[in-house]
Parts: sequence; C-alpha cells; structure tokens
Amino acid sequence: MLSVDVAAALGNTEIRAQFATGSGVTALFGQSGSGKSTIVNMVAGLVRPRAGRIEIDGTVLFDSSARIDIPARKRHVGYVFQESRLFPHMSVARNLTYGQWAGRRKGSRDFDEVVRLLGLEDLLNRPPETLSGGERQRVAIGRALLASPKVLLMDEPLASLDGARKAEILPYLERLRAEAGVPILYVSHALDEITRFADDLVVVSDGSVLAYGPIADVLGRIDLGPATGRHEAGAILEGVVRERDRSFDLTGVTVESERFFLPGLDAPLGTPVRLRVRARDVSLALEKPTAISIQNVIRAEVFEIGKPQGPYVELVLAVGAQRLRARVTTKSAAVLDLHRGKPVFALIKSVAIDRRSIGPVRSADEV
Amino acid sequence: MLPTETLDIILLTLRIAATALVLGLPVALVTGYALARWRFPGKTLVSALVNVPLVLPPVATGYGLLILFGRTGPVGQVLYDWFGVTLAFQWTGAALAAAIMAFPLMVRPIRLSFEAVDPKLRPAAETLGASRLTVLRTVTLPLAFPGILAAGILGFAKAMGEFGATITFVSNIPGETRTIALAIHTLTQVPDGERAVLVLIAISLGISIVAIALSEVVAERVSRAARAL
Repeated sequence: MLSVDVAAALGNTEIRAQFATGSGVTALFGQSGSGKSTIVNMVAGLVRPRAGRIEIDGTVLFDSSARIDIPARKRHVGYVFQESRLFPHMSVARNLTYGQWAGRRKGSRDFDEVVRLLGLEDLLNRPPETLSGGERQRVAIGRALLASPKVLLMDEPLASLDGARKAEILPYLERLRAEAGVPILYVSHALDEITRFADDLVVVSDGSVLAYGPIADVLGRIDLGPATGRHEAGAILEGVVRERDRSFDLTGVTVESERFFLPGLDAPLGTPVRLRVRARDVSLALEKPTAISIQNVIRAEVFEIGKPQGPYVELVLAVGAQRLRARVTTKSAAVLDLHRGKPVFALIKSVAIDRRSIGPVRSADEV
Repeated sequence: MLPTETLDIILLTLRIAATALVLGLPVALVTGYALARWRFPGKTLVSALVNVPLVLPPVATGYGLLILFGRTGPVGQVLYDWFGVTLAFQWTGAALAAAIMAFPLMVRPIRLSFEAVDPKLRPAAETLGASRLTVLRTVTLPLAFPGILAAGILGFAKAMGEFGATITFVSNIPGETRTIALAIHTLTQVPDGERAVLVLIAISLGISIVAIALSEVVAERVSRAARAL
C-alpha cells in the first residue's frame, strides 16, 4: 500500500497529489504535461517534493515535517522508465541482475521465474542494442522486479512503442498483474491501455489529483469533465461471457441482467470480462426500438444528469448496480424529458465497443 | 652514435612520457568529468585555461614553466625550500612540461566521452539500489572507457614527441633531458647525423605502432569483460 500526499513545483505548474493505492494495478491517468511523471519521480526519490509525505507499507519514504527523505537507492521502489534505460554495455542477464550485484539487493525473487514470466529465455546473452523496443521494456520490467521492489512504477512503458509492439507486450503486462505479486503504479495517457488492466484510477489534471478510487467508479463520474477524456470519456462495465455466436462471430456478455453482443472474443464461456463503452457511442430511446441494426438495447435508468455544456449533456445511467455513461444533445434530453429515475433504453453499436479495451477482470478478489 | 646511447635515449623518453601520463591522466580525468557533468561558476574559464597550452607557442609555455618552476620562481622556490625538489633542467621537469602540453589533448576526449554517457542511466541505477560510487564504477566509467583510453594514447604520444616546451624549460642535456625528439634535433645540427636521425625516427614509429596496437587489445578486452556474464 502506497500513500502519497505531496506538493511540488514543476516549472510554473504547482503539483498537488494526494492518493493511496491498493494491492493491484493503480493507473495514474492524465494528459501529457499534467504532472504524472513528476509524481512517480517523487515516489521513486528522483524528485524532491517541497512538502508532504510518502509512505509505503508503513515505511515512511519522505516526510517534510519529520525531515525524512530516504534516497532513491534505499527506497525499494522499482521503476520502469518510458525509454527502458538498459545499461548498453551489459548483457541482458547482467542488466537483469544489476540490482543484486551492484545494488546489493537480496533477491527474494527467483531469477528463472522472472525470466519465464517475461519470456526472456532467449535474450539473456544478447546486448541491449540488438533488442526490439518491446523486448527492451520486458527486460526493464524484469530488472526492476529482480531488485525486490515494494511497488513497481511504470512510466508510460508502451508510449514509445508502435501498435504491433504494444500488442506484443500487453499479454506480458497482464501476466505481470496476475503473477508478480507487487502493487503497480502505472502511468499512462491512453485510456484503452488503462481500462484493460487497472483496478484503481488516479486522475491527474494540471498538476492536481482530481479523483482516485476503483476504476469503474472514477470513470463513471461526470463531474470530472474532460479530465477523463473528452472524446474518450466512457464507463467500464464488468460482465461474464455467456454466449458465442459462431455464425456471426459475436460474443454475448452478460452485464447485470442485460446481454451485450460484442465482436467475437477469444474467451471461453464463463470468463469475466471488462468492457469500456464510450459516452459518445451511447444513444437513448424511451421505447424499445424494433427493426434496428443496433444489437445492444440495454434496459437502464437515468441516474444523473450533468450540466449542459454547449450543445451536449452528460448522463450517467444505472444498469443494475453498474454505471454507463451517455452523451446526448441538450435538445434530445429536453425532447425526451430526461430526468433522474426515468427508465430508458441505451443503444450501443457492437462495433463501437473498443476491442482493445476489453480485458480480463482481476481474477483473485473480485466478485 | 653508439647503440647504448640510443638505448638510453629511448629509455629516458619512455620514462618521461610514462611519468607525464601517470601525472596528467588522473588530473585530466577529474577535469574532463567536471567539465562534462558538473555545473560550477567559472566553468568557461576553466575550459579555456585547459586549452591554453594548445594555442600558446610551446616555447612560450616552456618559458612560463621556467619562470614559475625555476629555482627562484614562485613555485620552484617553494618546492626547493620545502621539499628540496628542483624541476628545471631535470628529467622530472621534462615530464612536467610533457604532461602540461599533453593535458588539453587528454581532457578533450575524456570530456566528450563522459558527455556521451546518457545521464538518465544514473537515476535508473539508483532505483536499483546502486550508490553514486557504484554507478560511477559500473556504468559511467566503463561507458567512458574508450575515450579515456584514447586520451591516454594521445597524451602518451604527445609526451613522447614534445619538443618546444621541453627544450625551453629543461634544456637539452644528454642523459637527463635529451629525449628522442631533442636528440633528432641535435643530430640534424651535426654532419653525418642523418643515419642516426633515421634510426631514431624508425624507433619512434615502432613505439607508436606498438602502443596503438596494445591499446586496441586493451579496448577489446575491456568491452568483452563488460559484456560477460
């Protein structure tokens, strides 16, 4: 458990960050330049906060009032940098064990296990310059893990990779979440990356933490406005794969008691999945439409209506206990006479559900 | 010229060049590192001062050394009164002159090689538990090593061939300060000296080739050692 409450100055921006993370993956989300990297650098001990306190598993790393500032090398905070920062004059194996032979970290973690987890078996004797971007990042993750960290910081580890390389490394990140047994603070400005595997979300905007908590709760809030993405804003729903329609290559996922049809998923029946539905992809109807191409007609209830912003208004819909977000025109809201508690049908095109954002649900302590 | 004489000249030259290297390289290492990595007031001035021996006529540098380090000079007097050390007209003085003339040539590749080491590697190493000294030992110095080696070769070569500052500061005394370069100069002044000049030139050439070949071997060994494991 990491708890952060710090203030710092970054150029002209004042950074104010107060949040705590759980035992899983916490995503630190915000636009470029919002101060995310400065926040993780403060956790790692590479940037000194002006004031505040950082604590991890009950150990104080920084406390301005008590004049405690543990140096980076003694913090046991693993750091995976955006540009991997492998030591160019050492082999992959030597890089991986750097924390042990140079940092005198007693490896509680098994070398072979980390190598297997990240698929590094064939890379051990290679010099870093011969690795692809994705391979480099896997080595950087392994190097951080083998230094026995109490928390793993990942600063946009996929940002410098192209689409194909990202797709190559994502399965490893999911394995990492399931098997590494170390809390992860994952910095990103890409919502689809985050919604795949984050448990908690910290939203950073202009140097300040606007909100933090379980990802579905935070993404379901409309008061955060554009901080959770203007075009990308959307909610996360958790469901279970219940049906496979092979003739049309569709997968049926049940969320609460409603059935969603998605483009074919490669997951066995009974698999819990998480899907992200963007607010702008949701339309509303008061009666169940027939003869319509849209596959997903979801029974819902208006839960919250935001303040109209120009021609648009943001809505939160209740689908059972879960929340769905919708963005409609202010005019539609008026014509349909939308108000809290009104039953509606949410219409979502199957093709609008971002396939990349569909990820497995945390398997350990959910449901 | 007798073969024993020639051998003495070679050994003296090697001794002077080696001493200059041992004296100058550590100072050049610290100076190069400071110029590459530290920010301090007067950095530009230091950088300019380092290069003075490069732009000044060597004779002028030698004369400056004579004024400073002569028995009655401000530094020379202190050295003599306190330690009984004299540099002027001694082989040690020749080593000092060679070290100073070689200094800018050693600082430059060292500075460039430290500048070429990605400064972002240090925080990365620190998060893995390495102290600053360990980072220097395991990351910065090994990565800068080719430049340091180049500086050593360049400095040694310059020290071997130094002429102007040496002859002005410590004169051309057989058996004490007459290095290969000075001996060639002397021999060109006497009749029938051509043969001996050619021999000395051939020997200088041989020494440089061996030194460069040796450094290549060292560079290869070091980079392989760094890769190992």
